[in-house]
Amino acid sequence: MSSKRTVNFKIYRYDPDKDDKPYMQDISVELEESDKKLLDALVRLKAKDDSLSFRRSCREGVCGSDAMNINGKNGLACLTSMDEIAQPVTIRPLPGLPVIRDVIVDMTQFFKQYHSIKPYLVNNDPAPERERLQSPEDREELNGLYECILCACCSTSCPSFWWNPDKFVGPAGLLAAYRFLADTRDQATSERLDNLEDPYRLFRCHSIMNCVDVCPKGLNPTKAIGKIKDMMVRRAV
Amino acid sequence: MKVAKRTFDAVIVGAGGAGLRAALQLSEAGLKTAVLTKVFPTRSHTVAAQGGVAASLGNSTEDNWHWHMYDTVKGSDWLGDQDAIEFMVKKANEVVVELEHYGMPFDRTDNGKIYQRPFGGHSQNYGQTPVSRSCAAADRTGHAMLHALYQRNVRANTQFFVEWMAMDLIRNADGDVLGVTAMEMETGEVSIFHAKATIFATGGAGRIYYSSTNAFINTGDGVGMAARAGIPLEDMEFWQFHPTGVAGAGVLITEGVRGEGGILRNAAGERFMERYAPNLKDLASRDIVSRSMVTEINEGRGCGTEKDHVLLDITHLSPETIMKRLPGIREIAIQFAGVDPIKAPIPVVPTCHYQMGGIPTNYKGQVIVPKDGNPNVPVAGFYAAGECACASVHGANRLGTNSLLDLLVFGKSAGETVVADFQSGQLTLKPLPDDAADVSLARIARLETQTNGVEVNDVRLDMQRVMQKHAGVFRFADMLKEGVTKILEVAERAKHTQIKDKSKVWNTARTEALELDNLIEVAKATMISAEARKESRGAHVRDDAIDCAETPNGRDDKNWLKHTLWYSEGNRLDYKPVNLQPMSADVEPIALAKRTY
Repeated sequence: MSSKRTVNFKIYRYDPDKDDKPYMQDISVELEESDKKLLDALVRLKAKDDSLSFRRSCREGVCGSDAMNINGKNGLACLTSMDEIAQPVTIRPLPGLPVIRDVIVDMTQFFKQYHSIKPYLVNNDPAPERERLQSPEDREELNGLYECILCACCSTSCPSFWWNPDKFVGPAGLLAAYRFLADTRDQATSERLDNLEDPYRLFRCHSIMNCVDVCPKGLNPTKAIGKIKDMMVRRAV
Repeated sequence: MKVAKRTFDAVIVGAGGAGLRAALQLSEAGLKTAVLTKVFPTRSHTVAAQGGVAASLGNSTEDNWHWHMYDTVKGSDWLGDQDAIEFMVKKANEVVVELEHYGMPFDRTDNGKIYQRPFGGHSQNYGQTPVSRSCAAADRTGHAMLHALYQRNVRANTQFFVEWMAMDLIRNADGDVLGVTAMEMETGEVSIFHAKATIFATGGAGRIYYSSTNAFINTGDGVGMAARAGIPLEDMEFWQFHPTGVAGAGVLITEGVRGEGGILRNAAGERFMERYAPNLKDLASRDIVSRSMVTEINEGRGCGTEKDHVLLDITHLSPETIMKRLPGIREIAIQFAGVDPIKAPIPVVPTCHYQMGGIPTNYKGQVIVPKDGNPNVPVAGFYAAGECACASVHGANRLGTNSLLDLLVFGKSAGETVVADFQSGQLTLKPLPDDAADVSLARIARLETQTNGVEVNDVRLDMQRVMQKHAGVFRFADMLKEGVTKILEVAERAKHTQIKDKSKVWNTARTEALELDNLIEVAKATMISAEARKESRGAHVRDDAIDCAETPNGRDDKNWLKHTLWYSEGNRLDYKPVNLQPMSADVEPIALAKRTY
């Protein structure tokens, strides 16, 4: 592979200050050898056209800022390798959320759903002087749940969330809900289940599993949702 | 131009670990608080911390705060203030246990306690053997901590202003701090946040260097704002180069890898740290390990075709240990180094990581400046905590896991001080000067109208290259001198940055231009303070400092056992004494000694 290569992009552009409507921009950029990831390429593009707007921060897949739709699939730009990517690289904002500008979306609805599941530990016993004990096995139950980075790749790839973003909690929020249901230190199990007992909030998940397919952290919201449904059934009988 | 004004009891700038910990204190006490943050809180850089947070819980090996204090003072090369250090290590257990109560998913020992692992520079019995002091959630401790703190703030109904960038500090004629101006990124509108108390928790400025483990957002915004408003910056010559950034990519590989048994090797496969630190070896403190690595590379024992890195080897650990304790590291190594560390070692180089200096504070989180002969007079209404502040607990070199501890202890402490000052009626809403927003509006207006200017990218890159070349792991008298000239040239050009994007909506070009103003302040402070300090201490090592009995390792306590204070105006330097006296009678001062590991 030569040290420099030119990559072609098709990028969704929209600046409400000057554009009547969004359009797809064809643009190409010469990459340096050190430009390994899509985020590197976008930063290189931005050096050429400083009006290109996207969120980014940690550039190592842990802050969740640079989620976008890449060649039709949601993902993080900083974890997407430029080596095997198909050209032209088509970049669009995450689907289903209002676009503010270019690939920057309004995430209010996404966070509203996250907040709706009361994403914090509830334990009303007086706080002990030292840590609450938890066995390694009980702690293991939280693996695959607590690592979520709230990038919204999952919820914005979910048809049920597209249809009912105000009523269906969505995979990210439900993964967080199960993270607290699965925590042996949490005491709000029945309130948490009550909060999800509704035709939409939980049960709009039809196990399409787009969320699992796109999660950049390799998490499995569908499985967590299944476990919440199990808990619902078990408490009903 | 009319500027909207909002009024609060307190405004906190930054929603990383320190800001969120402080916010919790204020929200739970019922103060009307605004937390401004340029990214959604869980995207703050605390999220990237990996290896753990220090506390002498003694869950796996015997431990106590006395040993932790000794290690921290020694790690700081005696530049840390011993009152603040005593305060921090004594509070460690309390703040870590609190986090556990908030729901943080720490790993566990077999008997259900918080899991602890060894870390660099942390020892039992005053430097004798490594101790397990780092409380960890796998290798995602910062992520687990930041989310737990955010979640607790959701419970406390903290009011966030998400994607608002603070621009300038507002002070009155007496120098009291009255709040900040800030720009809403979605609309580009500037507002005044008028408050009785202002807490800065804006993190560090690791992006002044070309090669950095830091996130894009780490542009030293609070530090730059404070400097422009006349607050001196303390000990800015001290920057931590983390031994293990992924070669070429800069992404961090936690010291916890070595805590779990990882070994650094040179091209010959030799475990070279045995030569430099016979006692703690790969777990010596970071400044020592980074210098040893650069020495290996400089002497031709580096790895790879360019002989420009060394290898971090964990292939002797079981895949189960790696998958359980270091799963995130495995992901990073595969993603950014193209190697699976179960099978092959990871190429690493020392990479800029942490700003030891910052806005001068005391252990209560109050910002302190020299006034009328007293070097430590609090600025009314102004507080700071975390990496943007200099308490000073890290002195010339920070120990791994003490940064997460710092932001918890001093975030809480700053919050408690504000609450106490508020409840005692000491904090009042002082009248805003008429020109409170003028500086910020002028900065925006200049970017609107600048012609024949320079590109933000070009200036930033020049700054980063100058810093990397002239103020790196090893420093040279002539290079530092030249570095001062060059960085002042870059700073001059930075006054004429020009952006093509003129949109009001989510204008990231404008944000980057404003951030560059902050980075430049930090870069100047660093280079000028470094050039002036004619000794080697901790992370600041120069070629012309002689290692002899009088100046061990080149450290000159007779002339340089003092904190640097750099003022932006006129690039003036001042100094103040290090506090060698602990806070209480519980502990004797840790006496000066030559640092070996």
